[in-house]
Amino acid sequence: MNDLTPTREQREAALEGMGCKRKRVEDVRFTQGKGQYVDDVKLPGMVFGDFVRSPYAHAKVTKIDATEALKLPGVIAVLTAEDLKGVNLAWMPTLAGDVQMVLADGKVLYQNQEVAFVVAENRYIADDAIQLVEVEYEELPVIVDPFKSMDPDAPVLRPDLEGKTEGAHGPRKHHNHIFTWEVGDKDETARAFDEADVTIKEKISYHRTHPSPLETCQCIASMDKVKGELTIWGTFQAPHVIRTVASLLSTIPEHKIHVVAPDIGGGFGNKVGAYPGYICSIVASIVTGVPVKWVEDRMENLSTTSFARDYHMTAEIAAKSDGTVTGLKVHVLADHGGFDACADPSKWPAGFFNIVTGSYDFPVAHLEVDGVYTNKAPGGVAYRCSFRVTEAAYCIERAMDILAQKLGMDPADLRMKNFVKPEQFPYQSALGWEYDSGDYHTAMQKVMDTIGYRELRAEQKAKQEAFKRGETREIMGIGISFFTEIVGAGPSKNCDILGVAMFDSAEIRVHPTGSVISRMGTKSQGQGHETTWAQIIATEIGIPAADIMVEEGNTDTAPYGLGTYGSRSTPVAGAAIALAARKIRNKAQMIAAHMLEVSEYDLDWDVDGFQVKGNPQARKSMKEIAWAAYHAPPPGMEPGLEAVSYYDPPNMTYPFGAYFCVMDIDVDTGVAKTRRFYALDDCGTRINPMIIEGQVHGGLTEAFAIAMGQEIRYDEIGNVLGASFMDFFLPTAVETPHWETDYTVTPSPHHPIGAKGVGESPNVGGVPAFSNAVNDAFQFLGSTHIQMPHDAWRLWQVAKDLGVHG
Amino acid sequence: MIPGEFIYHRPSSVAEAVAILANHGEEARPLSGGHSLIPMMKLRMAAPEHLVDLGGIADLKGISEDGDMISIGAMTTQHELIASDLLGSKLPIIRETSQLIADPQIRYVGTLGGNVANGDPGNDMPALMQCLNASYVLTGPEGDREVSARDFYEAAYFTKLAPEEILTAIRIPVLPAGHGYAYEKLKRKVGDYATAAAAVVLTMSGGSVSFCAIALTNVADTPLFAVEAGDILTGSTLDAETVKRAVAAAEAITEPASDGRGPAEYRTKMAGVMVQRALARAAERAKG
Ligand SMILES: Cc1cc2nc3c(=O)[nH]c(=O)nc-3n(C[C@H](O)[C@H](O)[C@H](O)COP(=O)(O)OP(=O)(O)OC[C@H]3O[C@@H](n4cnc5c(N)ncnc54)[C@H](O)[C@@H]3O)c2cc1C
Repeated sequence: MNDLTPTREQREAALEGMGCKRKRVEDVRFTQGKGQYVDDVKLPGMVFGDFVRSPYAHAKVTKIDATEALKLPGVIAVLTAEDLKGVNLAWMPTLAGDVQMVLADGKVLYQNQEVAFVVAENRYIADDAIQLVEVEYEELPVIVDPFKSMDPDAPVLRPDLEGKTEGAHGPRKHHNHIFTWEVGDKDETARAFDEADVTIKEKISYHRTHPSPLETCQCIASMDKVKGELTIWGTFQAPHVIRTVASLLSTIPEHKIHVVAPDIGGGFGNKVGAYPGYICSIVASIVTGVPVKWVEDRMENLSTTSFARDYHMTAEIAAKSDGTVTGLKVHVLADHGGFDACADPSKWPAGFFNIVTGSYDFPVAHLEVDGVYTNKAPGGVAYRCSFRVTEAAYCIERAMDILAQKLGMDPADLRMKNFVKPEQFPYQSALGWEYDSGDYHTAMQKVMDTIGYRELRAEQKAKQEAFKRGETREIMGIGISFFTEIVGAGPSKNCDILGVAMFDSAEIRVHPTGSVISRMGTKSQGQGHETTWAQIIATEIGIPAADIMVEEGNTDTAPYGLGTYGSRSTPVAGAAIALAARKIRNKAQMIAAHMLEVSEYDLDWDVDGFQVKGNPQARKSMKEIAWAAYHAPPPGMEPGLEAVSYYDPPNMTYPFGAYFCVMDIDVDTGVAKTRRFYALDDCGTRINPMIIEGQVHGGLTEAFAIAMGQEIRYDEIGNVLGASFMDFFLPTAVETPHWETDYTVTPSPHHPIGAKGVGESPNVGGVPAFSNAVNDAFQFLGSTHIQMPHDAWRLWQVAKDLGVHG
Repeated sequence: MIPGEFIYHRPSSVAEAVAILANHGEEARPLSGGHSLIPMMKLRMAAPEHLVDLGGIADLKGISEDGDMISIGAMTTQHELIASDLLGSKLPIIRETSQLIADPQIRYVGTLGGNVANGDPGNDMPALMQCLNASYVLTGPEGDREVSARDFYEAAYFTKLAPEEILTAIRIPVLPAGHGYAYEKLKRKVGDYATAAAAVVLTMSGGSVSFCAIALTNVADTPLFAVEAGDILTGSTLDAETVKRAVAAAEAITEPASDGRGPAEYRTKMAGVMVQRALARAAERAKG
C-alpha cells in the first residue's frame, strides 16, 4: 500500500454510514424553497373544490339549495350527500371500524362538518360560491362533555347506529357508547388494592389538541376516463393504504390507481386518515373528468381533520408503605367526537394504551377504556406518538408523582425503586407487552448526576421557605418523567390496518457503476428518511450514502408499505432495509469469490468490499462487484444486483428516556419559565445522531406547546374556539426553552441493526416532564393534581385558589 | 381564508385618496400595511369593494420635530419607529412599545397610522397614544381636523374617523427630559395581542411624582386612559399603599372579554399587575 491508499477509517468515513452526523440531504431543496408539495402541483385544466361547512355542532340538515351558487360564473358543480349516494360514497369506513359521513347525510355532528362540496374554476370563485349555498338547519341539543354522553337522557348522536348493541369492538352499553376495552386481571388487581398500605386515586385528563403540521391536508384527484386510471397526489403518511382504500371504495382496480405523496410539510399523525376532502375530490374528478384540487385552510385543519388526545383517565395505584408498587388500576373515558375515526391498528380501539404500566414493575394491573361519541370533530390520531402512548405515559408519570407526594418520598427515588430491572428483560408487563430491552436505572442516574438533582431539590426547599416569608413571588418546580415507549407497529400477530398486516418493505437496486436507488413503503414528512435510509444501506453494503438515492411516496414504484407514523419507520422499514441490503451483500460475496477465485467462505467483509482471509490485499470493492454483476456474473448466476425485503417484526421496540424539567412560575401572572430541560433518550442503535437531536428538539417543542397551552377548546354549544394560530399555541423560537440532550444505547435485541425509533419519544416523555414540573412547584402549597394545559391564566387561577394572592 | 372581490386603487396624493374614499363611502377602505385589514378580509369579516392603498403617497411618511411637538406620518412603519433616533431620545416609550408588537416581519409593513386607525382594542399604539396625549390629524374632503387620541375611540372598530377621511399624521407633545416611562405587556407568545398591557409615563421631582399618565391596552372594547389612577399617584412618593389604590382604580375601569387569553377576572388583574410593574420600571428610569 502506498500513502494514497485510504485507511480503513478513511474508507469508513467516506461511506457516511450509521452513526455519522450526516447533514440532511433533503434540506438542500427545503431550505431553498424548492420542495415539491401537493399545492405546488398544477395540472392542465385543474379545478378546485371547497367545502360548505356546518355552523352548528348538532343539527338536522333539512334543506340544501345550491341554485344561487350554481349561477355564479365559474362554478362547475356542488356535491351533496345525495349525489354521493349515487356512487355509494355518502359514508366511508373509518380505520376504527366505524362509518363516517363524507358529506352531511340528514344531520351534522360537529361544527365545521362538511355539508357540500363546491367545485369551481378557481379557489376564489369556490369560496364566493360557498357563501351562496343555502343550507337550512334545525338545531339539536349538543353534547360537549364526554362525561354526559352516557347520561340516560342524552340525545342520540348517531341514529344510523340505532339499536346496534354490538360495535366493532364488542358490546355497546348506551346509544352514545362506542366500545369498552378491557385488559388485565380485575380480581387480582382488586386484591392488591385491598392489601395495599397506601393507595392513590386521581382523575388525570389529557385535553384535546391537534398535530397542526405547517402544511395542511390536501390532494389532487385526476381521473383519466379514457384509460380508466385514477391518480391521486396527496399529503399521505401512508400512500399504499390510501391506494387500497381508494380501490375498495371506488371499485377502480388497484393497479389502475396511482397514489403519489410528494414532499410533505409535517404530518404528526394528521395525515394518516382518509378525509372527506379526498373522497369528494375523487368523486368530483370522476364526475368532471378533470383534475380536482382540494386544499384545507388552517381553520379547517384545526377544527376538522384529526384532533389528538381527549382522554380522561382515572388512575389508581396500590403500594406498600416503603413505596413498592403492587397494583395499577386505570379507567379511561375517551372522547372520540362524532365518529370513531381513531387511527389505530384495527384490533386496538385504544391503541397501545396498555403500555400504561410504564417503566415500573407492577405485578398486577387492570385497564378499562370506554369510548363515547360527542358533538366534536372525529380523529383521535397519534399526535407524534405511538397509538395512545403519550396519554398512557402522561397518566402513569403523573400518578407516580402523586404517589410519591402521598408517601412523602422523593419522586426520583420512588421511580428508581420500582423500575423494571435490567435483568428482568425481556420483561412481561402485567397488561400484556413483552418489553424487549432496557436499562432504566443507568439512564435515570446519569441525568440526576448531570443536572445535580439533589442540589436542585435543596434550592427548591430554600425558595419555598423564602416564598413563605414573602421574599419572592416565584415558585420552583422540578419535573421528572421516565417514559417507556412502544413503537414499531407492528407484528402481524397483533397489528393490521383494515386487514393488511403492518409489515414494511424496502427495495434496493445497485446500478452497474455502483450507485444505488432504493425505495421504501414508508413516507418521510420531515423525518429525514432520504438521509438515514441511505446511511443504513451505506453501512450494510459499503457504498457511500452520497451515491444512494432514496425515494418514497410513489405507489407505482415503491414496494407496498404501511407508511410512516407511530415511530414505526426505523423499527419496521429500517429492518427491511438492512435485510434487503444483506441479501445484496450475500450475492456480492458470491460474485467477489468468483472474481477472486476463492470460496465465498474464504472472504471477509471489510467496510466497503470483500477481502480474502489472511490476504487483505486481495480484495474487491462493492463498486467493482457491482460492475461484475452486470458485466460478467458467475456462470449460472442471475445477473444484476438488487433485492426486496418485506419485514414482519417479531416484537415492538421499547425506546425509553429520562427527562427532567426545571421551571420557575410567577404566581402573580401565572407565567411559567422553563429554566432547564434535560432529555436523555435511549433509542437503541443511533443511525444519525444529528437527526436524532433534531427529532428530539422538535418533539420537545411540541410537548412544551401541548403541556403549556395548546388546546382545541369548545364552548358549551359546541363552537370550536381557538382554531387558528392566533389562539392555538404554536410556540416560536422565543418561547421555546433551550434543550439539552443526552443518550444511552441499549440496542433492541430483535432488530437487525438494534434501532428502536425516536421521533416520538420527546412528545411522549416531554408532556409529563412539563406537567410534573408545574405540579411539583405548587405541591408545597397544598395541591395534588393540576389539569393541563398549564397556560398562564390557569396557573394564576391555581395560585388564586390556593390562597396565594392574599 | 380567501377574500371577496375588490378593486385596488393606488393614489399618489392625499387629495386623490380622499376623493376616491368620498366617491365610494362605506364600500371603500384605506389600506396601509394591511396586517390588520387583510386578515379580516380573508376571514370575510371585512369585505370592502374598493381598497385605497396609501403606500404611494410620499407625504404620509416621516418623523419630524416642530418645537415641543413631534409629528409622525401615518404611513411610518413600526420598524421605522424603532429605528428613529429622534424618537429614541425624545419618546423612548414608542420604541419600547413597538418592539412588543408582533414580530420583525410584521413591523416592517405595519404602520403607526393603521395601528391607531384600526380601532381594535388589541392594538398597542392606541393606549400609548392616549398615555402620551397624542392627537390624530384627520384629512377629509373639507380639509384637516385634529382629534385627541383620548377622544378618538368609541367601541371596537368604531372611531371618530369618518369613511371619507384619512388619518394623515400623529402629533405628540414631547415629554420633559428625564421622564420615566414603561410599557408592560403580558402576552402568550410573540405575535400575540396583549392579555393586558399598561403604558406609564411619569416625572419625579424631589422623590415624589409630579406628573403621571397611565393607559391600558386590550382590557375593554377601547383603549383606556386611566385618569384616576394617574391622579392618585400624582404627588405621591409611589409608596406601596398609594400604588395599591392606583392599581385598584385602573382595574376598576377595565371591562375585558373572556377569551383564550383568560377569563375577564384574570385580565383585569393582569391589567393591575402590568400597571404596578410599569410604574416600578418607570420610577426607576425617572431622573429627578
Ligand atoms: C400576527 C400578527 C400579530 C400582530 N400583533 C400585534 C400586536 O401585538 N400589537 C399591535 O398593536 N398590533 C399587532 N398586529 C397588527 C399590526 O401591528 C398591524 O400592522 C396594525 O394593526 C395595522 O397597521 P397596518 O398598517 O397594517 O394597517 P391596515 O391593516 O392596512 O389597516 C388597518 C385598518 O385601519 C384602516 N387604516 C389604515 N390606515 C389608515 C389611515 N391612514 N387612515 C384611515 N384609516 C386607515 C384600514 O382601512 C383598516 O381598517 C399584529 C398583526 C399580525 C398579523
